[in-house]
Amino acid sequence: MTAQFKQNQQTHGAALLVRIKPRTSALVRFTIDGRPATAHIGDTILTALLLNQAHVRDFEFGGSQRAGFCLMGACQDCWVRLRSGPRVRACTALIEETMAICTEGRAV
Amino acid sequence: MTLPGPPANVRRTRVVIIGAGPAGVTAAATLARHGVTPIVIDEAAKPGGQIYRQPPDGAARPPREIYGFDAAKATRIHGLFKDLQSAAKIDYRSQTLVWNITRNEQRFRLDLLHNGVQATLDADKIILATGAVDRALPFPGWVLPGVFTLGAAQIALKSQGVAIGRRVALIGAGPLLPLLVNQYLAVGIKPVAALDVAPFIAKLRAFGGLAAQPATLLKGAYYTARAAALGCAITSNVRSIRALGDSRVTGLAYATADGKTHEIACDGIAASFGLRSESQLADLAGCRFEFDNASRQWQPLRDRVGRSSVSGVYIAGDGAAIGGADVAELAGEQAALALLDDGGTPTSVERRHTLDRALRRQSRFRRALESAYPFPAHLVANIPDGLIICRCEGITAGQLRDSIARRHPTDVNRLKAFSRLGMGRCQGRMCGHVGAELLAAHAGCGIVEAGRLRAQPPIKPIPLTSALATEVSS
Repeated sequence: MTAQFKQNQQTHGAALLVRIKPRTSALVRFTIDGRPATAHIGDTILTALLLNQAHVRDFEFGGSQRAGFCLMGACQDCWVRLRSGPRVRACTALIEETMAICTEGRAV
Repeated sequence: MTLPGPPANVRRTRVVIIGAGPAGVTAAATLARHGVTPIVIDEAAKPGGQIYRQPPDGAARPPREIYGFDAAKATRIHGLFKDLQSAAKIDYRSQTLVWNITRNEQRFRLDLLHNGVQATLDADKIILATGAVDRALPFPGWVLPGVFTLGAAQIALKSQGVAIGRRVALIGAGPLLPLLVNQYLAVGIKPVAALDVAPFIAKLRAFGGLAAQPATLLKGAYYTARAAALGCAITSNVRSIRALGDSRVTGLAYATADGKTHEIACDGIAASFGLRSESQLADLAGCRFEFDNASRQWQPLRDRVGRSSVSGVYIAGDGAAIGGADVAELAGEQAALALLDDGGTPTSVERRHTLDRALRRQSRFRRALESAYPFPAHLVANIPDGLIICRCEGITAGQLRDSIARRHPTDVNRLKAFSRLGMGRCQGRMCGHVGAELLAAHAGCGIVEAGRLRAQPPIKPIPLTSALATEVSS
């Protein structure tokens, strides 16, 4: 567990997901709303987010947060915006090095 | 200068298969064996569908760990597809969404999205093998972070090697529940609750029919017994559930048939109640639908071998009717043989009879399974007004009832127009069937009269910018 991961957990609530065994693939560095975080090659954006915090995005019609639901690209409840512009579905898109993810309601 | 294309009778028939799960893969293999090179379009990066889904590069694990008892089947399907690919017997388009189908005289036009780029593709014949999604039903707290479907809890394990929590509660109404309990036990996570909303007596009554597939029945019995032996017995006939928590799941409250209520601490909940066919493309292609009482859902009409009501459109696998992976394999082959037969290509009569017999046995099993796990009507009978039904836009049961009372929608499409139910990003996949249940209950009409949400293109969200760059291949 990296120091960054620990810090994110302390500030933004414990992770929602649990890795069942350590991942040996290469480390990926990315940011969540500007905060540095890490994941591994092969993680989806949703996995990467939910191993660092307990939500994927703010719900745009209210003060609550969402963390995905179906994980198979059907419910569309995990769309997030990348700082580079596009919106991506977090359960089907893979995390990439330097990706900057916005989970906040009024992103960018 | 534009050169005229070859006349229709000379041009080779283009067959497009949509979906690369077990039905799509066997359909492709069958066509390839008969000299037809189909285009296989699939949303995922790798073939296998949801059931035999392959982890992304970097997240690979041994098949036995991922698929358990079904490792051999998964490996066979993956291998079959790989052989077709390496022999150039198929034209495989992965990570491609078909977001619309329109009829264009005798052909079909498919709108595709790949890598953010829009394209169209014309097809003479289509095999739809679009699979299924979990049937979600709303309950208090179901929008909280930490609540997923059973399918999601399984995909997390299979594809990502992650669990939805350390203290997880699993809730279902179908054979996925005992399987998932075992899959979580196998990775060292003992579910704090395993709740079945179907009564146990229904399973006993269905026993005779379930014996039509002894191996499958035995597997289910094994999973159930093993869960109990490991201290995670499945509680049947659960009457109501409620996820507890403020900003994320911290517990689960549920009521059992004896009238008692229970409350347990947990950090993850997976709940869904059977499966629903992904039939939007069949709808857009113009296929007729009928309501299936046993599974309480609309299904595209098809004949015994997979022909839809639209000439040139065939449907196989869970996208036609929920039957599971083994049925999908058989039905994919059967639909491909029907397609070949219709086009005048000789096929083995013997093989077609074998498939027909196998599928008839499976269908007896399926009917029994549906009576073992009846639709949990009690979960939708008393939905409180404050409960969110539409996850996308936060529309509550109260708002829907208000729309129904004031504007008297005659079917669920009218209810959609009045309330926006099903107008969000998921296009009603998570809420349309619940809206129909509310309408039927409130307006006093039958569930068939309440109807089904018509599919609308794009069937999944597409970026607006993609429409600017269109490639046409016909």
